[in-house]
Amino acid sequence: MKALFSRWALDGGFVLALLALSAFGVAMIYSTSQLNVPSPIVEGAWIRQLVWLALGLGAFTLLTRVSGNWIEWASIPAYVLAVLLLAVTLVVGTGRGTAAGVTSFLQVGSFRFQPAEVAKIATILALARLMASRLTAPGHRPQRPWQFADLLTPCALVGLPLALVLLQPDLGTAMAFVGILLAVLFWAEVPMTYLFLLVSPGIALIVSFNTWLFSAYMVALIGLLYLRRSRLYAFEYMAVLVFNLAVGTVARLLWESLAPYQRNRVLVFLDPSLDPREAGYHLIQSKVAIGSGGLTGKGFTLGTQKRFNFLPEQHTDFIFAVIGEEFGFLGTLAVLVAFSYVLFRLVGMAAGANTHFASFVLFGIFGAWITHVFVNTGMTVGLVPVTGIPLPFLSYGGSFLLMCWVAAALSVRLARRE
Amino acid sequence: MNAPKSFDPGASRRAGIAVFGLMALFGILLVAFFRLQVLDSNTYRLRSDSNRLRPFPVEAARGAVFDRDGRVVAGSAPGYSVQMFPSTSPGLMEATLERLQSLIGLDDASVAQLLERARREPYQSLVVDGDADFGVVSILEEHRAEFPNVVVQIGPKRQYQAARAVSHLMGYVGEITSEELEQERYTEYARGMTVGKEGVERQYEAQLQGKRGLRYSEVDALGRVVSSPLGLVEQAPEPGADIHLNLDLDLMEWIHHIFPDSMRGAVVALDVDDGGVLALYSAPTFDPNAFVGGIDPAEWASLNSDPGQPLFNRAVVGRYPPGSTWKLAVAAIGLQLGLVEAHEHMPRACTGSMFYGNRTFRCWNENGHGSLDLIGAIQQSCNVYFYQLGLRIGLEQLLTSANDMGFARQCGIDLPSESPGVFPNGLGFWERRFGYRARETEVLSLAIGQGPNGQTPLGIAQFYLAIGRGGKAPAPRILRGADASEIWDIGMPPEHGEILMEGLRRVFAPGGTAYLSSVEHWDLMGKSGTAQNAQDPDRSHAWFAALAGPRGKPPEIVVVGLVELGESGSAVAAPLVAKSADYLLRKRHGIPTDTIQTLGEHWLTGTPAPWAGR
Repeated sequence: MKALFSRWALDGGFVLALLALSAFGVAMIYSTSQLNVPSPIVEGAWIRQLVWLALGLGAFTLLTRVSGNWIEWASIPAYVLAVLLLAVTLVVGTGRGTAAGVTSFLQVGSFRFQPAEVAKIATILALARLMASRLTAPGHRPQRPWQFADLLTPCALVGLPLALVLLQPDLGTAMAFVGILLAVLFWAEVPMTYLFLLVSPGIALIVSFNTWLFSAYMVALIGLLYLRRSRLYAFEYMAVLVFNLAVGTVARLLWESLAPYQRNRVLVFLDPSLDPREAGYHLIQSKVAIGSGGLTGKGFTLGTQKRFNFLPEQHTDFIFAVIGEEFGFLGTLAVLVAFSYVLFRLVGMAAGANTHFASFVLFGIFGAWITHVFVNTGMTVGLVPVTGIPLPFLSYGGSFLLMCWVAAALSVRLARRE
Repeated sequence: MNAPKSFDPGASRRAGIAVFGLMALFGILLVAFFRLQVLDSNTYRLRSDSNRLRPFPVEAARGAVFDRDGRVVAGSAPGYSVQMFPSTSPGLMEATLERLQSLIGLDDASVAQLLERARREPYQSLVVDGDADFGVVSILEEHRAEFPNVVVQIGPKRQYQAARAVSHLMGYVGEITSEELEQERYTEYARGMTVGKEGVERQYEAQLQGKRGLRYSEVDALGRVVSSPLGLVEQAPEPGADIHLNLDLDLMEWIHHIFPDSMRGAVVALDVDDGGVLALYSAPTFDPNAFVGGIDPAEWASLNSDPGQPLFNRAVVGRYPPGSTWKLAVAAIGLQLGLVEAHEHMPRACTGSMFYGNRTFRCWNENGHGSLDLIGAIQQSCNVYFYQLGLRIGLEQLLTSANDMGFARQCGIDLPSESPGVFPNGLGFWERRFGYRARETEVLSLAIGQGPNGQTPLGIAQFYLAIGRGGKAPAPRILRGADASEIWDIGMPPEHGEILMEGLRRVFAPGGTAYLSSVEHWDLMGKSGTAQNAQDPDRSHAWFAALAGPRGKPPEIVVVGLVELGESGSAVAAPLVAKSADYLLRKRHGIPTDTIQTLGEHWLTGTPAPWAGR
């Protein structure tokens, strides 16, 4: 045992935490099959998850033995392949179960997987490679400070798979790509102002619904641009302004173009009682499940919200609500602490990596996972709008669990110093 | 951070920021979960319970209705109701109904009606079958998994053991309608409740209605009942109050039994002592049990299209020309005005008809009755005598007196609907109604109970009750002990009553029109009526009104019988009334019932009739 951990160097706690989360996930998926009105969808799901976990651990063992250079070399082909797969998915992809309306699965024989999960990791690798190439050698500062226009390449690199995922449409996974991009740019010491300017059209989109708010926002934005004028070219300055104004004005049109269920989710996020039977239903039932769990919960498999099927997507996106109902605040606390530990370790590994590529990959994975964890758990209590985004290692889903363990393997492998 | 400082000097600073951001995000999450799970936990625990525990009303049993002997007229029996939960998914109800249709045998009309109802009340559970029989229930239990949104509720249902015999008196029950819910008397009511629709059920709704109970059942997110159908917590329903009627259920069943088959008509029996309604029967009749839990649309349609109008209560709503039964009113008016005396003969003897104006007015006996006094004219129902008495009274005076006696009023029975009598209130009536001025000869028609005179069987019973009680009668009462002041006063001194009673007694004597309907133990005093009508000019309505009691004692009961198009009061209605009266008096005085009751029956069967000397 000790030998095993020494092989993984300092990452024993990291891997143990992930194993614990995965095992707990299987247990919770088993719990979601314990219903008062049995459902064929969740029947035996925990066994399938167990099989995928075994596959994931096999992949983990394999990948931790692969050379770091090979991983770096494979990043570009992996990225190209992933983008191609995403494009193919748009054409021949299928929906599944409750996500029947989206085309996010590829089927090969009886084997189905989500190319978006592969694309996430491939994008992290490719982005890390791009960022690392900017820094000529370890220990050296970038050749020149970041210009706003320098962000174009990384944005395009992430933007391509992101756009393809949005077209499926899968808003949740798209958010993970945004998380990856912002995390890696931050780790590449892009100034905060630039990051803000990068997300500013998103802010413009939200505030555009109130004319006064939008006007105030635009004044603030112009002020900020004026303060930072020395670091921006005139055309960048103008581009940001024009883009913000354009987003603000076409926001309505964009809003109209959203699918009704997406629009409803945003509206319901603002006021769940707006539509308690349809879109607001998820959030209300999830809050009732978590809230009624209290401090210690109703007991393993005994959640009534779950047992009587009030909780939608309970073995996938809303598994955290089942944890909250059956194990109470202590259960949610334990899971959140475990995730905090894992993410904390990822930051540490990223900071301690001995190559720039490794460092960026580790922080990219941090960016992906923190987005998944925060958005998934946040939506169960109404902190963020309800989006179809799974909880790493816990939610049911074969390719997702497998790719989580692949990411874990990459983390462990790249954090190891040779 | 164990990274060598030389490699990436900014790393630890960025890591610090990242860890700070991480802590901030997880801090927000922890605060959110702490608030939800620890601070607001009680609220959500309550909501979780109300989520899966759904209240279902438990119907209260209606109060039982007893007759004067304590027999149950209307009671409760366990019943099953098949209900479907409302659904937001379109087409689910249609699909479920379609599959149910073949399984439990619903016809297309019922399905269409149910779907229409589901559209109108989308948030109500839909009662598919309010009175499902056990076969349907067991089929549904067998296929329970296929019908997750269908539930079988158990509750008390109304049951009328005497069924058809009591339908018009009791009325029936049904689900409260939207129109009724808007009325003031139903402010305390809720949708889906069962209320009395007609008759006693409606009249005494407030007493009979109980208080609904509450039961919680566990349901899943789709509204499917998961736990036992008997529910968890129960707030017991309170049954309605029992009521006791003056009714004699045995008599009702007897009347139902002896009423001429396939004929239409009514029988009313009142208690002379207090005006209590002993029987109130209308034929043809219907089965009130068919309405329990909602009547089948096909059955409803057939009840409504039946030419016999079985839902029409002929006893209190039907109005008929009273014919010769009304001659008593003319006699009473004549006596009261001092225009005639008991033994007074009219100037013209009966020759079978009388010529007046330029018309011949017929007597029913074409051979003529000869010269009769008032008592004899009542006994033989001589038209010619009453034509002359009518002329003596005069049209205007007859109208005034008859209106004073109350022939254009209601009796005030405790039922939701009662027709008032129809009687001209003045000479203008003819012009308003028929467009011509009243002719002098109108009085001749009115004097023999024809013309524009329409009385309900109950109204005629009430008039005879007043005669039997010496001029005054309380309002007829179905409910025992109900307040009944003497609202009917025909303004007749008792000595006039005795004259009329003598005439009525002789109707059953040899030579009287109802001699063949006389019975062994009792004094019967009555009057036949054979009333021409617009319904069928060739066939008259047959009336008979009688008072009856032990021999030599005051009468105890009044019985009125009407047989539409029965042609002869004395041959058709009189035996019906005599047999009813005989049955009730035998029961009261402890004499065994016999199916051979009237003199006519004795003669037909050859059994001795000692009271008639044979």
